[in-house]
Amino acid sequence: MAERFDAVVVGAGPAGSAAALALAKEKFSVLLVERGRTAGSKNMFGGRVYAWPLFDLLPEWQKDCPVERFVTRESLAFLSGDASLSVQFENPASTSGRAASFTALRPKFDEWLAKKAEAAGATLITGIKVDELLREGGKVRGVVAGPDKIAANVVVLAEGAMGPLAQKAGLLPELAPKAVSVGVKETVELPAATIQERFALGEKEGAAVVYAGDASMGLRGGGFLYTNKASVSLGLVVSSEDLARKKVEVQEVMERFRLHPSIQRLLKGGKVGEYSAHLVPELGLGMRAKYIADGVLLAGDAAGFLINNGYTFRGVDLAIASGIAAARAAVDARARGDFSAAGLASYDRHLRALNVLTDLERFRSTGGYLKNERLFSLYPKLLLGITEKVYTVDGSGKERISDVVLQEMKGKAPLFKMLKDFLDAARSM
Amino acid sequence: MPTGGPIRIVVCIKQVPKAQELQVDPKTQTLKRVGVPSEINPPDANALEFALRIKDDMPAEIVVLSMGPTSFDESLERAIAMGADRAVLLTDRILGGSDTVPTAHALSETIAKIGGYDLILCGEETTDASTGHVGPGIAGHLAIPQVTYISEMRIVDGKVRARRTAEDGSEWWETAMPCLLTVNFGCNRPREPTLSGKIRVKRGGVIVHWSCADVGIDPNKVGLRNSPTIVAKVDTVHLPPRARKLFQGEAREVVAQLLKALVEDGVIAP
Repeated sequence: MAERFDAVVVGAGPAGSAAALALAKEKFSVLLVERGRTAGSKNMFGGRVYAWPLFDLLPEWQKDCPVERFVTRESLAFLSGDASLSVQFENPASTSGRAASFTALRPKFDEWLAKKAEAAGATLITGIKVDELLREGGKVRGVVAGPDKIAANVVVLAEGAMGPLAQKAGLLPELAPKAVSVGVKETVELPAATIQERFALGEKEGAAVVYAGDASMGLRGGGFLYTNKASVSLGLVVSSEDLARKKVEVQEVMERFRLHPSIQRLLKGGKVGEYSAHLVPELGLGMRAKYIADGVLLAGDAAGFLINNGYTFRGVDLAIASGIAAARAAVDARARGDFSAAGLASYDRHLRALNVLTDLERFRSTGGYLKNERLFSLYPKLLLGITEKVYTVDGSGKERISDVVLQEMKGKAPLFKMLKDFLDAARSM
Repeated sequence: MPTGGPIRIVVCIKQVPKAQELQVDPKTQTLKRVGVPSEINPPDANALEFALRIKDDMPAEIVVLSMGPTSFDESLERAIAMGADRAVLLTDRILGGSDTVPTAHALSETIAKIGGYDLILCGEETTDASTGHVGPGIAGHLAIPQVTYISEMRIVDGKVRARRTAEDGSEWWETAMPCLLTVNFGCNRPREPTLSGKIRVKRGGVIVHWSCADVGIDPNKVGLRNSPTIVAKVDTVHLPPRARKLFQGEAREVVAQLLKALVEDGVIAP
């Protein structure tokens, strides 16, 4: 065998680089392998990072982290026809501290984090695809890439949503259409000054908008918008099952979304600089069978560590946190001299300590309420209808709000059903 | 002629702008070399692949040699990631502007310093200059046999057998070692870099930089001043505008018109 490392990490996204960095800090010899030409070149996300796990991983992260803008304004917008209704939360102070979040561009952010892992002592290799796990008597003992076998005590698979190696190893069931959504995103270039003016933002401030309703043409899913320094990320996550069932192309949904007047106003004059698409694991924890096995741990998207509860999309923070947890588990395993599944079992505890599993479990039922189609078609329409009537004064006589609500709701769905949906949603959120 | 132990193969490579990305500076009329995506000169990659195939079959040490700025490390690193053992970059400002005469001289001096070579492999020519002078020039300076434009080779009983591409067909040659071969572009498929190769690059210590003084190259024999080639003028070829006829109307009619026009112009037979 040509090479041997204490740990091999597959995939230099946020989960992999965080694991490699944390392992290197603990004096593991670490090989971090990425198939893209550079770390981040094959990765995609909505555009926002919740910063909290960076404080644990890299206390000095704010020094040189490629932050586009700190999110100081959150909006939730319902679209219907040409109309929109939005709720806004403004917090200009949220640019520091554990509750900070920021927009970022993956090629920059991922490369930054991978270089941090390298600086900590990990060997970062890009442009190489790992073909399979090296196995000995059912236990994972390293990786195989082309002609090379690399031995390791532990392999961290942070290979993304598709999880080809995890699938081959039987740790991950084959992806069913209902288990994944399709994410599409375009990055629209606009001068920084224009963005600040249109969104009423300061130089370092950013906006995050989550869209519901017509954003996804009534399909289960939603839209998002994030402001970067000199571009705006606009995208959608749509159920691939619905796309197939309704025979709609995702580009079509995206085009409709982009052409909504409330979006057009924000993007006017911008140039599409980038268009990307990616699979998003949808069912979170429930879908993933095993993230601990003999000699191997799954982290990030590969393990399904992703939360979409309808008003926040979280992936990168959970990925980084799971990378940290994986490293901690490997440290425990080293102390016991046992890298079997039993030796690595503390991964679970460390995931819990960082609230990765706890948050995932809490929002597990979210999958249920987000599966309800009425949430994406009927209710936004209803809400917009009510709002329109409430705010319309045309001399034709004004009704009280309660009358308007009842009138709008009539005949749309049985009242008890709506009440149940409402309670389900309230409980899941 | 090697006596036991691994044979030593020196592969000469050059870093060139990627063929698809060639840009001519409109002012200086020369190739843009800075800030354009580069690659190992493709025939040199074919030469390296032959060296790697020899090493697949018998104990061999592959030393990659190049002359140029330190940005050439990128290609030397790739060569090592593909399986070469080590690399030498001859890099010195006084080499700037050297044409093929001083280049062949400087490289042959460097190969002599590397020493102990059994086989030298070069690409047939570079895609950016297309002279094909340097390989034969090195063999001349070192006074060793050479076979140019080869597309196949093997080592049999300590001798090299190589198939040389000729005007109309090919010739098989046999020569003793040490010898130099220049390799046809596209005669094999260069392998991809491997994980273990890339790890070796990361660990470092596989590329050395030598100056002319390190090698003992006479500054009065290299550089622009000592290059007999004079570039008098470079012209960019502008293709004449193509004749264009536009047919409009019903598909059937348009097709009939197009066929008629093609027959009239003698492009197709009636």
